[in-house]
Amino acid sequence: MSFLIEMCGITKSFPGVMANNDITLQLKQGEIHALLGENGAGKSTLMSILFGLYAPDKGVIKKNGQEIHLHGPGDATRYGIGMVHQHFKLVHNFTVLENITLGVESTRRGMLQMEEARERVLQLSRRYGLEVDPDALISNITVGMQQRVEILKMLYRDNEILIMDEPTAVLTPQEIEELMKIMQGLVEEGKSILFITHKLAEIKRIAHRCTVLRKGRHIATTEVATTTVEELSEMMVGRKVDLVPPKSEVELGEAVLQVHHLTVLNQVTQKAAVNNVSFTVRSGEIVCVAGIDGNGQSELVYALTGLLPAAAGSVYLDNREISNFSIRQRLLSGMAHIPEDRQRHGLVLDYSLAYNLILQSYFTPRFSRRGFLRLAPITVYAQELISRFDIRAGQGSGTMVRSMSGGNQQKAILAREIDGQPRLLLAVQPTRGLDVGAIEFIHRQLIEQRRQGAAILLVSLELDEVMNISDRILVIYEGELVADVEPLQVSYQELGLYMSGSKREVMV
Amino acid sequence: MNRWRQLLASSAVTSFISSLMAIVVGLAAGFIVMLISNSSQAVRAFWVILSSGVADMRNIGQVLYFATPIIMTGLAVGFASRTGLFNIGASGQFTVGAFLAILVSIRSLALPGPLPWILGLSAATLGGALWGLIPGVLKAWRNVNEVIAGIMTNYIGMYLVNFLITRTVYDRLRNQTLRVPPRGTIPKMGFEHIFRVGNSVSSVNGGIVIAAVTAILLYILLEKTTFGYELKACGLNRDAARYAGINENRSIILSMMISGALAGLGGGLLYLAGAGKSLDVVDVLAPEGFNGIPVALLGMNSPLGIVLAGLFIAYLTVGGFNMQLFRFAPQVIEIITAVIIYFSAFALLFKNFLEGRLVPGRLLEREEEGEPTAERGGGS
Repeated sequence: MSFLIEMCGITKSFPGVMANNDITLQLKQGEIHALLGENGAGKSTLMSILFGLYAPDKGVIKKNGQEIHLHGPGDATRYGIGMVHQHFKLVHNFTVLENITLGVESTRRGMLQMEEARERVLQLSRRYGLEVDPDALISNITVGMQQRVEILKMLYRDNEILIMDEPTAVLTPQEIEELMKIMQGLVEEGKSILFITHKLAEIKRIAHRCTVLRKGRHIATTEVATTTVEELSEMMVGRKVDLVPPKSEVELGEAVLQVHHLTVLNQVTQKAAVNNVSFTVRSGEIVCVAGIDGNGQSELVYALTGLLPAAAGSVYLDNREISNFSIRQRLLSGMAHIPEDRQRHGLVLDYSLAYNLILQSYFTPRFSRRGFLRLAPITVYAQELISRFDIRAGQGSGTMVRSMSGGNQQKAILAREIDGQPRLLLAVQPTRGLDVGAIEFIHRQLIEQRRQGAAILLVSLELDEVMNISDRILVIYEGELVADVEPLQVSYQELGLYMSGSKREVMV
Repeated sequence: MNRWRQLLASSAVTSFISSLMAIVVGLAAGFIVMLISNSSQAVRAFWVILSSGVADMRNIGQVLYFATPIIMTGLAVGFASRTGLFNIGASGQFTVGAFLAILVSIRSLALPGPLPWILGLSAATLGGALWGLIPGVLKAWRNVNEVIAGIMTNYIGMYLVNFLITRTVYDRLRNQTLRVPPRGTIPKMGFEHIFRVGNSVSSVNGGIVIAAVTAILLYILLEKTTFGYELKACGLNRDAARYAGINENRSIILSMMISGALAGLGGGLLYLAGAGKSLDVVDVLAPEGFNGIPVALLGMNSPLGIVLAGLFIAYLTVGGFNMQLFRFAPQVIEIITAVIIYFSAFALLFKNFLEGRLVPGRLLEREEEGEPTAERGGGS
């Protein structure tokens, strides 16, 4: 049996790290082949090799049985290999058409021939069911549409092997549904897809075969139809994983966070990004704010943490009004916060791990005396958290956080935030970009905090996360809360409708 | 091999090597200029540049004397950089400090013992702090870029000082400040017995000791105290510092004040050195303030590195004086310093280059999170 693309015995090592160790990947013509693995498993390195960014130390790449050598992305394009990156590479003030043709414009005597290009784009979009408006500006179309533009870019270049790097990460449930249909259409038209993902359900849903990598090694290539989700996750992580974290019943306590008619303005447009929002989070409860990115979640969190002023309304923590508290006063009153952008807001990347773990408590008597840092207790404390939260850091507490992996950076933030036994924990997309093992760990920690009586406000874009761990779901749409439901009483589809604004519950 | 690699890869070592590379390139450029202008004498004159700083005790003393003010302004710029601010206003702070030092010292000559110069230096420090406070406050409260405010306070400071000199301690004949008599200057601390050749005594004085002690204090402040922790956190990641509840505005203001105080003290140290130098009434910004920028760059913003960089630049300056014996224009030395300064800006580039070559593992760990690969895959 011949394969369209064959990567045989690929080995790539960097000093001290074996990123790919004798990996074999075989892509058949016309299949959707999933590439599954945790962060650091070697997926990116493998795809970089296929895309010509790295040369492998050992191993060969074959296309239709012929050995090929890739010396750069240009070569990859020549062999029909294209990639949709997780973060799109589009020029925002160009039109769809201009973006698609960028770099391969058809010209005559140095003049652009856009009409030809337009014809071809329309033709492609009809053939593959990728509806787009060629004259719309990228900045005016939705993320789902932008992704279609990326796919069209690959098709326009006659790529037959499409690498898609976590394509569903940024989409709503409805958009994911459409993407799946498009992917199926592409395959029916003879394209082949390499699909990188963390999400097991999607693999199950759409992929034909799946190659699992772990720690740089090839673990298995399986037929998806005959493999269960549990088996896949076990192959990926190397042990059994609870995909749905076990939750015990917890007696609801008193209201910890009370928000009354909160309005927050967008700092640029001065329009209400959060509009007259009221809700309560009680002790022992995980309340999830669900919604499509950019519907006011960030502003809501900024206002609660004190980073942005509230234009109107009030916030109470343990029955104490904190609306005018400084950030530090809020932290000292028992608020903890896992920020959305961990590298920007959560960590000082060029500080050591130990210094990052005391970022909010460096001034307390435990870590300082008469204005001087007490290095010994700081180190001991860091070591304690490192072992308790299993933070992997090459040089222990002195490791620069910049050199740590994303999952371990997130663990460091989590450790710092929940070690202070917060009354209220604001967790904003705490599992974004993490692999199954790390997600499980973080979910368990959140549930443990709930058991200990903390109130948890979780902002998440992942519907699985919303459904699996929350006790109550608030849906936010264009800065307003449009639903307050319990996960057992609502379906994914219904939630999707709330999130897209097509449906709303009358909120009091 | 691996241990060697690790040693090379440690950030202190790469910093040092990259500064060294800047210096080598600068010296090479200077040598080429000398070859072009007079090739027969070039080698000997170049040797003088390299060696005369340690040729005799007097020259060593001169190196210390020239190093003092630029170490101070270097510390001022370097300290501000560590906290995420670019203090280009060091020149104005330096001038204000210099003037206040002269004024206060002369006006308090009647006071007993060392009080005149101590009061003079205190006034210099406070004046510099005040002059640094202005851009600090503007930045913290009104979000005015500290570079713009710094440049403006440079000119305001210079013209204001020129005006105030003519109203106070003015020597009309020489169009400069009056000379500070020996009673009002910083004591020599016995250096005059060490750093001399025959009757020719070097100008070095207690100022270099003050500069060194200041560098040590600054190191302690930055590395050992909670205040330094806050300042550096703001400098490295302002957003994260804010999120952690650190008062960012307070950090900005205090940091600019301290930076200004350092530059102001530098002005005081130079003009109370007892070397017969007076502050001229000219419409030129004090170059010592700007020289602090390359010194800080070359010293990689660390107090110890800045002391070494300041000594090095002073060493070249002394070499430049002596090179003139071979009838080279003294400007050659300025070319050399300029090229070094230019390349010390590249020192960071060298540093990244070295780290990239020596620590690819660091690159890899980030690759694995997916982002950079995507970045580079761009144009396809």
